[in-house]
Amino acid sequence: MTARVGIVVFPGSNCEMDVAWAVETLGGEPQLLFHDEENLRGVDTVVLPGGFAHGDYLRTGAIARFSPVMDAVKEFAAAGGPVVGICNGFQVLTEAGLLPGALQKNAGLRFVCDTVDLRVETATTSLTLEATAGDVLRIPINHFEGNYVCDAETLARLRGDDRIVVRYVDNPNGSLDDIAGICSEGRNVVGLMPHPERACEPVLGSGDGAVMIRSLLAAASDWAEREQPRAAVS
Amino acid sequence: MARFTVRIDVTHKPGILDPQGAQVERALPALGWSNVSQVEVGKSIHLVVEAESEAAARAQVDEMCARLLTNPVLEEYTAEIELAPAEEGAA
Repeated sequence: MTARVGIVVFPGSNCEMDVAWAVETLGGEPQLLFHDEENLRGVDTVVLPGGFAHGDYLRTGAIARFSPVMDAVKEFAAAGGPVVGICNGFQVLTEAGLLPGALQKNAGLRFVCDTVDLRVETATTSLTLEATAGDVLRIPINHFEGNYVCDAETLARLRGDDRIVVRYVDNPNGSLDDIAGICSEGRNVVGLMPHPERACEPVLGSGDGAVMIRSLLAAASDWAEREQPRAAVS
Repeated sequence: MARFTVRIDVTHKPGILDPQGAQVERALPALGWSNVSQVEVGKSIHLVVEAESEAAARAQVDEMCARLLTNPVLEEYTAEIELAPAEEGAA
């Protein structure tokens, strides 16, 4: 079956078409969802793309989390549905309380725009199912507030529960414990600063992001097989 | 009901980077002020709230800070709350 990927568009999102392109290229069906929609139109997974949702006013992600669509996203996540936040989407997920911690300004007050090596730390999340722990992927980053921070207790929990999904091989932004991405307790919600959707074809400089998007499509299909029949019955 | 003016001063929690403050601190000596330290750049939020009492206004401000105005992982705040002066020309 074809996985239907909902891509949330906030005012100020600017990577939604990159995600849609990657999803389509890898055999999924993209569906844009607007910030003021109250249901997810039956999609099998949700991506919060990069950009500057609501102008990043107040703080990155702070206003976006109150969009009507976020209630539906929270419900979907709580039910176990796969949700991925990329860059600004990761910031929205932390502000919404779907992932712990926060993203502070990069060490050195520098906007970083580069392609970096990421080490996959666990292959049991909706973004890494098809990867192998230890894989090193070349993925672009493009952010000013990507410096992950959380309290010591949260960090211990993230480490203990194997919830650090990807780490920077060479930390570009001061991120705590080299964290580039983490997942929720249920491992279905993943947030990361790097942009796998921009690295799905070798012609773009790297095809290494494809394994992440393929993982998400697989997680979406698994979810649909488990949940859609039940939804059809009720 | 009374009107209260509120000034919320948002600063970084200890241990959270303040790259803007650090940059300003590095720039000041270039203009000759080499005796400045501990520069911090935060933000200031001003608003007026209608409430039964100052205590009620403060409770609401605390809740607004917790839920929207600040991110408790990164920031802390202080709020000054005062009875608003009567508006000129108010009906």
